[in-house]
Amino acid sequence: MSIDMLWFVIVVMMFAVYAVLDGFDFGTGIIYMFVARTDEERQLVLKAIGPVWKGNEVWLVAGGGLLLLAFPKAFAAGFSGFYLALNLVLWFLIMRGLSIALRSHLRNPLWRTFWDAIFAAASFLLAAVFGVALGNIIRGVPLAPDGYFFAALWTTFTPGPIPGILDWFTVLVGVLAVAILAVHGANYLAIKTDAAVRSRASQIAEGGTWAVVLLAIIAIPAFLFVQPALQHRYDEHPVGLFLPLTAACALFTAWYCRRSRRDGAAFLSWSLFILGSLGSVAWGLFPNLLMATEDPSYSLTIYNSAASSYGLHVGLVWFGLGISLVIGYTIWVYVSFRGKVERVLFEAPYE
Amino acid sequence: MTSALFYDRLQFAVTVIFHYLFPQLTMGLAALIFYMKSRAYWTHDARYDEAAHFWTKIFALSFAFGVVTGIPMEFQFGMNWAKFSTFAGGVIGQTLAMEGVFAFFLESTFLGVLLFGKKKFGPFVQWMTTLMLFLGSWLSGLFILATNAWMQHPVAYAVDDDGAVQVTSLWGLLTNPWLVWQFTHTMTAAVVTGSFVMAAVGAYYLLSGIHIDQAKTFLRTGVVAAAIASFLLLFPTGHHAALQVFEHQPIKGAAFEGHFYTESGADLMIFGQPNMDTLTIDNPLVLPQMLSFIIHKHFDAEIKGLSDFPRKDWPDTMPLLYYTYHIMVGLGTMFIPLMLTAVVLLWRGRLFQARWMLWAIMLMAPFPYIATTAGWMTAELGRQPWLVYGLFRTADGNSPLVGSGNVLFSLLGFLGLYALLGLLFLFLFFETVSRGPSVTGGPRSSSEPTG
Repeated sequence: MSIDMLWFVIVVMMFAVYAVLDGFDFGTGIIYMFVARTDEERQLVLKAIGPVWKGNEVWLVAGGGLLLLAFPKAFAAGFSGFYLALNLVLWFLIMRGLSIALRSHLRNPLWRTFWDAIFAAASFLLAAVFGVALGNIIRGVPLAPDGYFFAALWTTFTPGPIPGILDWFTVLVGVLAVAILAVHGANYLAIKTDAAVRSRASQIAEGGTWAVVLLAIIAIPAFLFVQPALQHRYDEHPVGLFLPLTAACALFTAWYCRRSRRDGAAFLSWSLFILGSLGSVAWGLFPNLLMATEDPSYSLTIYNSAASSYGLHVGLVWFGLGISLVIGYTIWVYVSFRGKVERVLFEAPYE
Repeated sequence: MTSALFYDRLQFAVTVIFHYLFPQLTMGLAALIFYMKSRAYWTHDARYDEAAHFWTKIFALSFAFGVVTGIPMEFQFGMNWAKFSTFAGGVIGQTLAMEGVFAFFLESTFLGVLLFGKKKFGPFVQWMTTLMLFLGSWLSGLFILATNAWMQHPVAYAVDDDGAVQVTSLWGLLTNPWLVWQFTHTMTAAVVTGSFVMAAVGAYYLLSGIHIDQAKTFLRTGVVAAAIASFLLLFPTGHHAALQVFEHQPIKGAAFEGHFYTESGADLMIFGQPNMDTLTIDNPLVLPQMLSFIIHKHFDAEIKGLSDFPRKDWPDTMPLLYYTYHIMVGLGTMFIPLMLTAVVLLWRGRLFQARWMLWAIMLMAPFPYIATTAGWMTAELGRQPWLVYGLFRTADGNSPLVGSGNVLFSLLGFLGLYALLGLLFLFLFFETVSRGPSVTGGPRSSSEPTG
């Protein structure tokens, strides 16, 4: 495996882990208003993600930094090309972060209701926009020969040669993302809460799993229709089929565990399903980072976008060290805060 | 005035200035909280534990705003400055990614532990958590400043076949000589902000006659830290930061002082307004020959003037740069006598009764923010017209296909959102301060632990 490929794997892993970790925070937000009805229940739900959501969000920032390090051209083209969509992401991330941090500062019920609504809406929209972004990466973007593009928010709503950020395909992926993350958040809450919140979360997870299965049945042919390169890639390198197979098995296992009420196993299987699905897409697109819709030779690949060999090698050394530390203390935190969230109200406040 | 480049620059300036209001407080407080927590841990002094607890609330508030306004900074490198990212990603990608992996993870993860682990963990883990927060926030500063230091003074790079720069030595990048004084100067300034705010809250409580015990702890810690940091801010860190500007960026140095013509025995400009038509300073108030003495330790030394350099290499906002430099230096110079007086009063046991001094300390709290903002404007406006000094012009760096209308759209969005954020922060800051530090037995424990 060449150093470029290794960095492709690292960058994909960063964003995939982000999808799994911050994904359950988004999912929690998507179902927040339905799963938690009273103020006490809402505090419980926020406490379930409280100690970890800040750390989860960093996977996105670190992933962006590593993309810049390894593939500067792809970072520059992607971030400037999706200018409008990324501004929405930024504004939603700002509102999401504030809503969690500020919601319990005051007791005033209007204050709390306001931030509750912001939290739910921002989480939903973030999941949808990230799904749409993934859809855009799969479909390809109108890259010019100089390696840049600018995507309008929408053009004809069809994935043609000059597509917009929103078309029927990317919206489908956005809906799929919302459904997958809603179930993910529900699975997480089933582990962390009890009583009414847990039973509502379990119901949402069970119904949502069926919705995801149905959406996936529609989406898979759409993926292959919109981006024929996926098919070619799997035909040439069928060994990669283990990734979609893993995702399918994980989906089945998650459904089975959900039915037999094994919350922990259901959550882990669903996480594996997300990782497997994103891995399948990455395998299908490799070695492309951004596919061009007009002329495939304009595509940005790991070969024409990579930084210097020295930079990639020295980066690998410190990244190995740094990410080991991160994984170490992240696991320590998750283990320390394992189990159901305690219902302790009116204890010494921090925020 | 309506080009995409103009809006790109304005948006970065607005978002980074607003963002940096928060990290300067969190970095300063992280050091002070770590000191208080250490003192509480080793001497079993419960007052310091309580003080650390209160300041952690302020820290967490400022951190939340710092994080949400910080993510747009990284994104804008790609969104608005795509050609710069393509050009320099092979170098600055290293330090920006290291910031994420080594620093941002650390502070975000351990802040969660500190906020939610009060009952779960013993004193040692809590002490260690504040150490991790301190390390994380200061490392974050180090890597971001390493990025900026490279843009001020590029080292350890080579230009590749495509015309982009690539790092040739990570060690060289992290030991950039420019970084030494930039890091120490910036971090000292953060401690100044943190300690001024801490002392101001103490002064407010004492003047109001509430939370007397905690007020004295805040004042003692804040005043001593502020006096030490204010002094270090001027010498050696500020002095050496200026020396390296005059050595490596003579145009910027001349613009600082409004020094238009090369001369021996140059004067230090205390007051005056640059006149860009006559290239002179209106209403000048100067210290004769002091500029030559400060820079070269010799009253007759020659200092290069702006007119020795082509006008296209002058900073394009030269008068603004001149003012921000003078605001920074002027305020920084005022901090020292103020805080030294406070320390003398503290030492003589009279500070807590000296109401005029408490008023002064309370009202000075916003000024470190102004000085720090002016300082950053000095560094960054002075770097113009270069994005990477001497290597890459700002005009070549913005995204080629992001039009001015789109940048104005996002700029307006940020302006609206940040106005709201600023009001929210001030409201919650004053709310937290007025709720006070006493956690137990307070009449009003109005917030429960959640998120």
